[in-house]
Amino acid sequence: MADSTKTIEMEVLRYRPEQDKEPFYQTYSVPFTDDWSVLQGLQYIKDDLDSTLSFRWSCRMAICGSCGMMIDGKPKLGCRTFLRHYYPNKVRVGPLEHFPIERDLVVVVEDFIKKLEGIKPYIIPKQARTLEQGENLQTPAQLEKFRQFSTCINCMLCYAACPQYGLNPDFTGPGILALMHRYNADSRDGGRAQRMELGHAEEGFWGCTAVTYCSEVCPKDVDPANAINQNKMGSAIDYFVRFVAPRGAGK
Amino acid sequence: MSAQTDKRRPYVRPMDSWWKRDPFFVRYMIMEATSVLVALYAVILLVGLLRLSQGEAAYKGWLEALKSTPSIVLHVVILVVFLYHLWSWFKVMPKTMPMIFVDGKKLPAETITYTGVTVAVVVNVIVLIILV
Repeated sequence: MADSTKTIEMEVLRYRPEQDKEPFYQTYSVPFTDDWSVLQGLQYIKDDLDSTLSFRWSCRMAICGSCGMMIDGKPKLGCRTFLRHYYPNKVRVGPLEHFPIERDLVVVVEDFIKKLEGIKPYIIPKQARTLEQGENLQTPAQLEKFRQFSTCINCMLCYAACPQYGLNPDFTGPGILALMHRYNADSRDGGRAQRMELGHAEEGFWGCTAVTYCSEVCPKDVDPANAINQNKMGSAIDYFVRFVAPRGAGK
Repeated sequence: MSAQTDKRRPYVRPMDSWWKRDPFFVRYMIMEATSVLVALYAVILLVGLLRLSQGEAAYKGWLEALKSTPSIVLHVVILVVFLYHLWSWFKVMPKTMPMIFVDGKKLPAETITYTGVTVAVVVNVIVLIILV
């Protein structure tokens, strides 16, 4: 390694279900240079110090959403957080909050994936289209209505930032509700009514109490708190309108 | 498959004292807890309205009660709380509104927050000038 190498203490939360009753912090001394991310620090541990350490990663450039973790208590992507910002102090690394720990830094994501599927995160065309009709065109203004919400990479940092999800895992949660809004706000989509049954429910938009930390930690500026809370007004209007003009079939 | 499933033992972390974990949550809890004082001030004003409807003597009694030391201390505390809520209210405001587009560009959250705070301050100064 280069002469500019420094050494940082990394405290990593370990949990090996076959032998540990509960998680504990294990400290590793990691030599690093200024361009090293926290993820690179973990890879060094895995390759050179302790091959039993488990963590998820893939792209190393903040687009795959795999390496979300708690770094000094904040939900961050391991690949875009640098060790130099913590040196000379030690840095504490743990699995994302509010999710059960599968092993070490790996969390259980079944609940997230199930909910993601549940909101039908794809365009449901207003009318069936044929190939002969060509592209389903959209103006730049129509695109802007949802573009921001479409940049979500499913990294789940917002879930680790959401105490409502931690306290009540039935809550659909920030990222997925933002995606629901993303498709509802798309001019090509006609699936709003199908999705909003969940949106109007207590597990939907109303489970949010506007803590707004989700929007702070989002690495892609999706602003889930905005996606959720701008729907509350519409949801409330919808609730009262149904007394005046019932739409039948429990809607 | 079943052998693998058996070895799984997902560990669920407790949520005790969750709000102490992050300064962001502490600020959120201060906002939530002090909103009780905001409601209390609404009650104080409503009582004043009620006393006004009961005649001059009742209303003067209410005004006298406001001048007591505990009442003044409470009002100072509530003033501080209101200043914090003035800020936090407009900070959250952009999150609760549909996106506004000006010339095809999204209006930044900061613009909404600072406009709201400025309007609130100006209105309060005008009210103060009228009253004093």
